[in-house]
Amino acid sequence: MMSVSNEDYAAMTNRAAPPSPLALDCLKAFLVGGGVCCFAQAITEALVLLRLSREDAKLLAMMTLIVLTAILTAAGVFDRLAKHAGAGLAVPITGFANSVVSPALEFKSEGYILGTAAQMFSIAGPVIVFGCSSASLYGLIYFFLAGRR
Amino acid sequence: MSVVLTLCKAFLVGGLLCVIGQVLIDKTNLTPAKILVLYVLAGVVLGAVGVYAPLAEFAGAGATVPLTGFGFNLAKSTAEAVNERGLWGALEGPLSAASVGVMTAVLSALVVSVFARSKDK
Repeated sequence: MMSVSNEDYAAMTNRAAPPSPLALDCLKAFLVGGGVCCFAQAITEALVLLRLSREDAKLLAMMTLIVLTAILTAAGVFDRLAKHAGAGLAVPITGFANSVVSPALEFKSEGYILGTAAQMFSIAGPVIVFGCSSASLYGLIYFFLAGRR
Repeated sequence: MSVVLTLCKAFLVGGLLCVIGQVLIDKTNLTPAKILVLYVLAGVVLGAVGVYAPLAEFAGAGATVPLTGFGFNLAKSTAEAVNERGLWGALEGPLSAASVGVMTAVLSALVVSVFARSKDK
């Protein structure tokens, strides 16, 4: 009988097992997410070259990502990409835009008011509620700590 | 050359922020919706304690495009609003900071839902 030490056994199973899905998921998220941010930075730099202010260029780059996401979502492409990219498309502003556009489309059959408009905020709503409330709380604290000058 | 460096920094930091999100998705039971909320809250807190501003300075879109950047922008703009308008700024700041992103998303969602229908159906 072949004797195999624990270390050898671990090494053998490592070789036989497929690459961990976590590592692959992370690699894809890194490449896609990094790519999205890099794309936004490239738009910003291009617009600055066209003599827009950096503030405006940043806003326009963000708007480009949102509008592109809306178009790709409507074309059914975004969901297919997101299945592979995972957090790479969910964490950037593209994920936020998709969370608004996707239910707006999906619930269109229930009408524009109770379907599209109501469902639009099913995910974006919590994001805005908690984001704005915490920012407001911070504003209050900031006022008493530093703002009263 | 400096533009290439700027792009690389955006890629690196943006990619890493997404990897953190991917680990959260794979290793916890958090749904993507909860992760979005978590990221925005993290951005507000990191912005409030002054950690995020240097990161945004360093990484540009790599720090501002992920949703933590959205939260950071909320905190930053609210502080600016408080500087200008006093306590009113705490109420006026957050929604005005969010306005461009939210309105762009809402308007494009409306336009798209008029012209397209869900692919699932």
